[in-house]
Amino acid sequence: MEQVFPALATIVIGVGGCVGYFWASNLVLDRVIFPARGPKAGQNTSRANMLRPWLFLLPALLALGLYLAYPVFATAWLSLNRNTGGELAFVGLDNYRAMFAEAKFRESLRNNLLWLVVVPALSTGLGLMVAQLTDRIRWGNLAKSLIFMPMAISFVGASVIWKLIYDTREAGQAQIGLLNALWLRFEGGVWSTILLRALPALLLLGLAGVLAWLLWGQVGALARARLAGRVLRGPGMALGAWLVWVALSWAWGAATAQLPYGQPQFWLQIPFWNNFFLMAVLVWLQTGFAMVILSAALRGVPEETVEAAILDGANPFQIFFRIKVPQIMGTIVVVWTTITITVLKVFDIVRAMTGGQQETQVLANYMYDKLFVAVDWGVGSAAAMVILALVTPILVWNVWTARREMR
Amino acid sequence: MTHVAGRKPALTWTVHLSVGLLVLLWVIPTLGLLVSSFRSGDQIVSSGWWQALFTQESQLSPIRVAGEEVARDGVFVIEGRLFPGAARVSAWGTSSREPAAYAPGATADLGEGMGLRVEGDGFYVLTSARTTEGTRLPRIFTTAATPPEFTLANYRMVLFSPMAGQSILQAFLNTATVAIPATVIPILVAAFAAYALAWMEFPGRALLVAAVVGLLVVPLQLALIPLLQVHNALGIGKGYLGIWLAHTGFGLPLAIYLLRNYMVGLPRDIIENARVDGATEFQIFTRIVLPLSFPALASFAIFQFLWTWNDLLVALVFLGTSNDQQVLTGNIVNLMGSRGGDWEILSASAFVSIAVPLVVFFSMQRFLVRGLLAGSVK
Repeated sequence: MEQVFPALATIVIGVGGCVGYFWASNLVLDRVIFPARGPKAGQNTSRANMLRPWLFLLPALLALGLYLAYPVFATAWLSLNRNTGGELAFVGLDNYRAMFAEAKFRESLRNNLLWLVVVPALSTGLGLMVAQLTDRIRWGNLAKSLIFMPMAISFVGASVIWKLIYDTREAGQAQIGLLNALWLRFEGGVWSTILLRALPALLLLGLAGVLAWLLWGQVGALARARLAGRVLRGPGMALGAWLVWVALSWAWGAATAQLPYGQPQFWLQIPFWNNFFLMAVLVWLQTGFAMVILSAALRGVPEETVEAAILDGANPFQIFFRIKVPQIMGTIVVVWTTITITVLKVFDIVRAMTGGQQETQVLANYMYDKLFVAVDWGVGSAAAMVILALVTPILVWNVWTARREMR
Repeated sequence: MTHVAGRKPALTWTVHLSVGLLVLLWVIPTLGLLVSSFRSGDQIVSSGWWQALFTQESQLSPIRVAGEEVARDGVFVIEGRLFPGAARVSAWGTSSREPAAYAPGATADLGEGMGLRVEGDGFYVLTSARTTEGTRLPRIFTTAATPPEFTLANYRMVLFSPMAGQSILQAFLNTATVAIPATVIPILVAAFAAYALAWMEFPGRALLVAAVVGLLVVPLQLALIPLLQVHNALGIGKGYLGIWLAHTGFGLPLAIYLLRNYMVGLPRDIIENARVDGATEFQIFTRIVLPLSFPALASFAIFQFLWTWNDLLVALVFLGTSNDQQVLTGNIVNLMGSRGGDWEILSASAFVSIAVPLVVFFSMQRFLVRGLLAGSVK
């Protein structure tokens, strides 16, 4: 209880201090330093107006500088040092070398890349789907509200919620985790084949098909593009081809895998696949965010374009994919990048559900382990710099768009 | 797009069905935890939460006969009840190999002159020719139909008795202590800066706006060690003051960005007229811009509150782990580690921590959505 009074006092002091600072500093500027009277009244007024923006900005600039800008440089410096024996010793790039040689780091990098592909894609895709579907029905707002709700739930709370779903108890006991209870219903019969083999395989084949179709469109563009365009598109197409290959091999794997029917599964302890069970939590949390923004964007699509398409005989799917989606592409990119940033910083879910064990480590949790468990500031800071490096393209792109809009 | 879907009833039904399925998929996880938090530990482990809403037949954990021995008509008798609730016994037994050997009302011969009878309502009578003192009394295995039964005991327990060294109520207070000042303080600081960036002309303004946009995505992970060093050098160390300052710093880019975007959209006439009428910038800000910006202020306040309330990382780093500092999220992560199987504790604790953000969410959803749109749709 005793901390309530300091908290209240802080609110009063903080708010009072802010108001006091702004009021007093303006007063001093206008009355004492550059008073708007006497022989130099005009000059003084313009000088005061030159200074005033900086009075307004000062507290924010100080806080931003100290809490966000300075740490970037300090962390960069720390990553080049080692903190043995309480003193920093400059070691150059040794920390980075040690980090890249570590299996746990490569594992977290791999997992993070996996998260980066799966979570934004699923959240944005599902969000777009829900936004479009709820637009058409009467109880759409209620549905949206319910899907949006996880937004308010903490990552830790969501981890508890999903851990109950993934809970496992020995065979023979009553399963209290929903996923295992469902799993034990499958016994290898017709339905098991349809739902657990055919359906996933078909979905993956469809994904491979869509990717291949997109890639084919790019092949034509590549032939027409100039040299710079070819250089830029080359790696993208190689990545696309690789993804098609991955999707195809997974489809084959889904169709032919030996599934351990009748055995309760420890979902969070199956190497590699447990990552996907963790990702499901974040997708569940982020889809509402994507949905809300994309729903607003869909409503902003000019009605005339849709009506023209209807008159031309387009079916609902064509209207959605050919008319609406291209017009909200900008918003889709914004949603995608925002979720990407959240994914790069994902920490709580992994910390609470697996602690990074069983090959589920991610960069943010790796960094936390290094900084505060192993107390190895050098490698921990190096990991933080890797996160920053991954964020940087988005940062540059954001700044670039913001500057373009200001003009 | 009702006029498109309206022509094809099959399509409309597919839409209804798939939205219903998605909503179910999104609600069920939370519902599961909510239902579990109102069940006793025994109930949670003996059946899935989805069965809790119906009367269910299940095998209960064995109960050993216990009670006062009374000598009556030359035999020794122990009477008692197996469970206080409204459950109906459908079969019972005295060994784990045959847990359903007898029907209710039947008498089992346990040998050596000992007999046991269990009634349908859980009432049992043990009779023995010799005194049972010193002998091991039999266990009763029952299969019973239990009607839905919910309890508030979990909440009572987690709120008032310390789990993992700290009661949830204490952690709740700590979280509120972190979240409320950390929400209030950045607002004013950001509002003044946003006004300067939106409505004052000065060299370097565009650069500053760009810098704020850039800082928006800088991961706060980078700030942990350097800021701890700064706090230690300043003598703040780990504590509430440190975490308030940290949350203020981390929240400012979003605050400035949201507020500036909103203020830029205010009608130019009002501000120009006030300037012509001789109002100072300070007066324009406090009398005109600040009141008009209320929706944006509310959006940011909700964001910042949800974020500070739900945060784990910043609290782990800038706050101690003592009883009067550890926050809800930290407490729950500890519980997951030390009492991971005790779902009655975990579920109730988690719901205490989720409750406040959910109330804020549902009561102020409009501002939240508006803030999201202002922040992202460009």
